[in-house]
Amino acid sequence: MPLLEVKDLVVEFPHRRGTLRALDGVSFAIEPGEILGVVGESGAGKSLTGAAIIGLLEPPGRIASGEIWLEGRRIDHLGPKEMRQVRGRHVGAIFQDPLTSLNPLYTVGRQLTETILTHLPMSRAAARQRAIELLADTGIPAPEQRIDHYPHQFSGGMRQRVVIALALAAEPRLIVADEPTTALDVSIQAQIIQLLKSVCASRGAAVMLITHDMGVIAETCDRVAVLYAGRVAEIGPVHELINHPAHPYTAGLMAAIPDMSEERERLHQIDGAMPRLNAIPPGCAYHPRCPQAFARCHSERPELLPAGATQAACWLHAKEGA
Amino acid sequence: MSALPTPPLVQASDLAKTFDVSAPWLNRVLERRPRTLLHAVDGVSFEIERGKTLALVGESGCGKSTVARLLVGLYHPTRGDFQFDGQDAHAGFAGAQSQALRRRIQMIFQDPYASLNPRWQVEDIVGEPLREHGMASGKTELRERVGALLESVGLSPLDMAKFPHQFSGGQRQRVSIARALATEPEFLVCDEPTSALDVSVQAQVLNIMKDLQQRRGLTYLFISHNLAVVRHVSDDVGVMYLGRLVELADRRSLFATPRHPYTRMLLDAIPKMHDTGSARTPVQGEVPNPLAPPPGCAFNPRCPHANDRCRSERPALLSLGGIRIACHAVEEGRI
Repeated sequence: MPLLEVKDLVVEFPHRRGTLRALDGVSFAIEPGEILGVVGESGAGKSLTGAAIIGLLEPPGRIASGEIWLEGRRIDHLGPKEMRQVRGRHVGAIFQDPLTSLNPLYTVGRQLTETILTHLPMSRAAARQRAIELLADTGIPAPEQRIDHYPHQFSGGMRQRVVIALALAAEPRLIVADEPTTALDVSIQAQIIQLLKSVCASRGAAVMLITHDMGVIAETCDRVAVLYAGRVAEIGPVHELINHPAHPYTAGLMAAIPDMSEERERLHQIDGAMPRLNAIPPGCAYHPRCPQAFARCHSERPELLPAGATQAACWLHAKEGA
Repeated sequence: MSALPTPPLVQASDLAKTFDVSAPWLNRVLERRPRTLLHAVDGVSFEIERGKTLALVGESGCGKSTVARLLVGLYHPTRGDFQFDGQDAHAGFAGAQSQALRRRIQMIFQDPYASLNPRWQVEDIVGEPLREHGMASGKTELRERVGALLESVGLSPLDMAKFPHQFSGGQRQRVSIARALATEPEFLVCDEPTSALDVSVQAQVLNIMKDLQQRRGLTYLFISHNLAVVRHVSDDVGVMYLGRLVELADRRSLFATPRHPYTRMLLDAIPKMHDTGSARTPVQGEVPNPLAPPPGCAFNPRCPHANDRCRSERPALLSLGGIRIACHAVEEGRI
C-alpha cells in the first residue's frame, strides 16, 4: 500500500467572475521511504499540491473533488482540529524561507519541545533531550548551547537545518518539502540536500520534494512528477524522465536548462508562457506551445498514458486506434 | 606607435566601496563602540573589451551587486578608479558631461516586478529615457522609436498601451531590456537579469540578450550566481568572495581548469543533471560575516589547502599563466 495516495485532486478558487481551477485532476502516489520530486514552472500548481496534502490551502482555495489518502486514512475532508493532529505527527513540512517558518520570539529549543510534546507522550526533560539529539542529527554544532538560541542567531543554512529538525521532531513518515533550498546559496544548498536525504533515509521517511530546480531533482529523487497548468504532464523514474523525456514539455524544459556538460550557442527556448488559470486552452493545456501538436491535441484532453519507462499525458503516446 | 591596441571599454582598478553601518552616534559614545565599516567591495580590478561579456559570480553578500552599482554611477567609490572608454567615469558622472555618459551606460535589474512602474504604460516606461535624453522630438517619433525597441526584444508595438501587470515575468524583463536599450548604450550592466524567471523563460531572455549583443556590439557586465548561465553567456568570468576577486579568467580555462579552491568548490556544488542520483560534494562551512572577515585569505576557514600563511597574509591578485588568481597555495604550487 502506498504511503500517500492522491487521486484526481481538483483545487478551485471561487472568483467574482467564475471559478478558477488551479489543480485539475492530479493523481500520484508515494511509496514508504521514497523521494518524489514535483517540478514545474511558477503557477503550475506545485506548491498548491503540497498545501492541499498538509491541509493548509489558503481560503478561498478549496479541494473541490478528489481524495488524499495518508497511511490508509483519508485526510482531505478532515476538520482543522483533526488535521492539526495529522500535521507534524504523520506529515512534516519544510518551507522555502526558514526565517518565516520559525517563530522569532521563541528559542529553537522551545519550538522543538513544543512540537514533540504535542505529538508524543514524553516528559519535558526527555523532550528537551530529544530536541538536542535532533539538532545534533541535523549537523548543528554545539547543540546543547544552540538549543537556547533564537532563530535570528542562526545563519540561513543553520536555520534551514533547524526547520528540518522541526519537521522530523514527531517522526512523521512523510515530509513535504516546498522549495527547501531556493533561498540558500549553492554551496549551502548541497549541504541541505545531502542532509535531507540522509536524515530521511535513516528514519525511513518519504519526501515529497517540490522545486523548480531540475538539478536538485536529478540528484535527490527516485521519481519525478512534472506539473503543467495544474495537471501532471509526465511522471516516472528520475533517470528515464531526465534522459528520455516522453512529454514534449518535459523535453523542452530539459533543453532550456543551460547545462555544464555541453556548450551551445543558443539555448533551446519554449516560446510563449504558461496559460493563465482563466484561459486554459481546451484539449491538452500545452498544445499552443507544443511543436508536435496535432488535431487531437486541440480538442481532447490526454490522460496519463504509458510512454516507455514513464507515463505522459500526451497523445503522441496513444496506441493506434485507441 | 601606429599599432596601439585599442584600450578596453571598461577598466576598473582597485575599485572599493565601504559602507558605514555604525550604530547611531549617541549609542557609540555611551557604549564606547567604534565605528563599524562594511567593506562591500574591497579593491576589485578588471577590464572588459568592447563587445565582450564579463560575468561576475559569487554567493550572496560577496559584493557583486555593489560592483554593478558602482559602474552605473549609483554609488560613488570609496577608493579606486573606473575608466570608461579612456575617461574617468566617476568624474564624468559628477561633471557637466554626466547626461552623455549615462546615456552610454545602462542597467537591467533583477526583478522585473519591482523595476517597472505599475502605473505607467509600456510606452511611457520605454519612452522615458528617450524623452529624458532628448532623443526623440514629438510624439510620433517617440512612438515609432518605442515600437522599434519593443520589436527588437520580440514584443509587438501593439503592447505599447499595456501596463506591466498585463505581461508575464519574461515579457516584463523584455520591457526592461527595451528600456535599457532606448538610449543606444554601449555598455549594459545586468544584475541577475534572469534569476527571477522560470527556466523556459530564462532561455528566451538569454537568447535575446545574445542576439542583441551580436547585432549592436554591446558590452555586458553580467552578474549572476548561476554558473551554468554564466558559462552560457560570458567571455570572461570573475569569481568574487567577500568583496574581492579571487579568480579572473577566460570562460574556457575557468570551467575546464578552475584554479582557486573557491572556484572549484562552486563548480562542484552544481548539481549534475544527467548523472541522476550522484551526490554533490558539499562544502563545509558558510560565508563568514562580512563585518568581521577572517584575517589573511577570507576563504581560509573553508579551504582544504589553507596553511599558516593563508591565515595571516592576504593574497594579492596575481597574473599566472594567462589568468589572474589570488591564492597562496596556487602561487606556491601546492595545488
